[in-house]
Amino acid sequence: MLNAFQSNLVFFYSPTQVAANEAPKGRSFRIGGLVEPGSVKREGVRVNFKVTDNLHQIPVRFEGVLPDLFKEGKGVVAQGQLGPDGLFTAREVLAKHDENYMPPEAADALEQAEQARTRAQHSMGAPK
Amino acid sequence: MIPELGHFALWFALGLAALLAVLPPLGAHRRRADWMALAAPLNKGLGLTVLLSYLCLTWAFVQFDFSVAYVARHSNSELPLAYRIAAVWGGHEGSLLLWALLLVGWMGALQRKAGNLPPALLARVLGVMGALSFGFLLFMLTTSNPFERLLPMPEEGADLNPLLQDPGMVLHPPMLYMGYVGFAVAFAFAIAALLAPEDDLQRWLRWARPWTAAAWASLTVGIALGSWWAYYELGWGGWWFWDPVENASFMPWLAGTALLHSMAVTEKRGAFRSWTLLLAILAFSLSLLGTFLVRSGVLSSVHAFATDPKRGLFILGFLVVVVGGSLGLFAARAARMGLGARFGLLSRETTLMGNNVMLLAACGAVLLGTLYPLALDALTGQKISVGPPYFDSVFVPLMAPVIVLMGVGPLLRWKQDEGPQLVRRLRGAALLAALVAGTFGWAVGGGQLSAAAWFGLALAGWVLACCAADLVERLWPRQGQGLIARWQALPRSVLSMQLAHAGVGVFIVGVTLVNSLQVERDVALAPGQGVEVAGFEFQLERLQRIEGPNYGGVQGLVRVSRGGEQVTELRPEKRVYRSSEMPMTEAAIDAGLLRDLYVSLGEPLAGSNAWIVRVYVKPFIDWIWMGCLLMACGGLLAWRDKRYRVAVAQSSAAKALAAPAAQALPGGAQGRAAP
Repeated sequence: MLNAFQSNLVFFYSPTQVAANEAPKGRSFRIGGLVEPGSVKREGVRVNFKVTDNLHQIPVRFEGVLPDLFKEGKGVVAQGQLGPDGLFTAREVLAKHDENYMPPEAADALEQAEQARTRAQHSMGAPK
Repeated sequence: MIPELGHFALWFALGLAALLAVLPPLGAHRRRADWMALAAPLNKGLGLTVLLSYLCLTWAFVQFDFSVAYVARHSNSELPLAYRIAAVWGGHEGSLLLWALLLVGWMGALQRKAGNLPPALLARVLGVMGALSFGFLLFMLTTSNPFERLLPMPEEGADLNPLLQDPGMVLHPPMLYMGYVGFAVAFAFAIAALLAPEDDLQRWLRWARPWTAAAWASLTVGIALGSWWAYYELGWGGWWFWDPVENASFMPWLAGTALLHSMAVTEKRGAFRSWTLLLAILAFSLSLLGTFLVRSGVLSSVHAFATDPKRGLFILGFLVVVVGGSLGLFAARAARMGLGARFGLLSRETTLMGNNVMLLAACGAVLLGTLYPLALDALTGQKISVGPPYFDSVFVPLMAPVIVLMGVGPLLRWKQDEGPQLVRRLRGAALLAALVAGTFGWAVGGGQLSAAAWFGLALAGWVLACCAADLVERLWPRQGQGLIARWQALPRSVLSMQLAHAGVGVFIVGVTLVNSLQVERDVALAPGQGVEVAGFEFQLERLQRIEGPNYGGVQGLVRVSRGGEQVTELRPEKRVYRSSEMPMTEAAIDAGLLRDLYVSLGEPLAGSNAWIVRVYVKPFIDWIWMGCLLMACGGLLAWRDKRYRVAVAQSSAAKALAAPAAQALPGGAQGRAAP
């Protein structure tokens, strides 16, 4: 049972972590953030969009029907695998039940990115 | 004024609950009849005040009183009346009030049916339930007051979540809560039995059993309704997602199932005494945990939980008191209960024990998968999720032996059976199972069923064949008794058990076949275009605008035909609710015994008149809910079983009136009378 538990945990990574190569290759994981405005491109049932934490963007591809509350500029969580070309192929896209509710993982990714950015600004702007 | 009245009624109810929790049990302890007699009026008063409070909140919804914050958040001037009444349990505060109402409702029913229950036992049971209502009411009043005013009063309410504006979702929470709260009865009896171990345990079991069966049946219906709702309302055609919210209701179900079976053994044979008590405590504790997991907001974010620590701390405290207190009492007193009667290796007790252990292991696995991500996030901030693959890979191996034993158990005698006889009975069932599963599998799947699907069908066939074998043996005319006489002599408990077991068989057929034979296609369709899925031709005829009472949207007309012959017309909708601007997918389903045809609208394709359309053909999916309904019917039949009432009447002074049915059963049938 614990074995099954270990091998079926799905970890979460923010776009920044994925950009820093911290995410595993060849294993399914979750990525979350906001849908980058203007990035959603549909070709028939295939859709491409970018997930951003306002610091890094990760291109995502998905085939099928997106959830009702999937919108540009809104929170999203995608589960799937990262290809060698850096394209994330999602098997599942989640956006949760109501308008104000942000998937917790997405909220977390944004928060972390925000902190990182503030830190970066501080270190750049600080007088020597 | 009405909301203030409701608020005041809640405070009054809190006081009554406190008195009920203290005085009658104390009276039972000190053998003061006058204190014990207080239980009845206090219980009645508690029921009436909570009902009054509930009606006040309903009134505020009906009258669009947006000055009540809860009403403003969960209603809207366009919301139809039926949904305004149902909106009472559309959010956190109101659903707690519904919980409390159902709890006092069960208490009222318990008191009405108490008849000649020993006053001391009744005083203790109602006292325990009074303490539970006290905790709930206090939680509501201190952290989640549904009557809180909102000043200045908003012009318009925010509206009920459109996902909840649906008949399935209207019924789902009350049924689920009926189940949760119903387990409180068994819990209260268990605590009462632990408080007064000199009382006869078997007697309280006779009392608690029908209540537990009723609670279990409600919970089964509640879970099935939720699953059915998710299937047609969420628009992606799944029926179970192993979502934490679903798991929260599934854990008490597993423990409750184990409890029902363990109770049967204790009542019949006197074995498993402490185990039954422990399960009664567990089933209700998991119900509490489930309510709080869903209602505290901890699932959507542990941080929300941390930023509003008042609710969270109260919940944790309440859980610690209830679970810790009852387990502590159990640890201190259970040893006095004794182990009960012995039984041989080859006996019905053995199979029931095996199943109990497996059910609890499955429950533990679900608990681990549900709580571990929360704990990890709270402690380390690391985010993980435990998906369906984990639950599938753990659940199936644990449940398969349960299913096998489920067939064997009823065919075994209590205490000790003989191998050769059992083999003879099982041989017939196994042959029948192989024959039925083989023919059926070949007929529906041809040669294309996977090994897993054959395995599932074999299990389902086994369960159903064992039910049939048991009933045939019991109904077969013998000793001059014809079929009708045998049917009349058949204990209702056997019938209810076999009904529920057959329900499990039907359920497995549904799960197996829908998993292995369903076809799903997402396609882009413009009006006039069509797609073929699993032999059905789906043609999108046209799209038109629609206006509902509180939403607008688009409706598609999809004509489904097979071999040129029209099968049905489906009208899937994409709605946008005006008040919240929330989009909603309304799938269109043509349900059938052998297959569901399912069409839902995705989104329009930019730059054309085409839409992404999701088309499913789902064979046998309705068998899943049919199976659940059969299980629930079994539970209801067990609840209505006259045997319990007969037994109680016999213990009373009115012995002359008692029907001799329970004792008049032939010895052989008595030995094998079912759980």
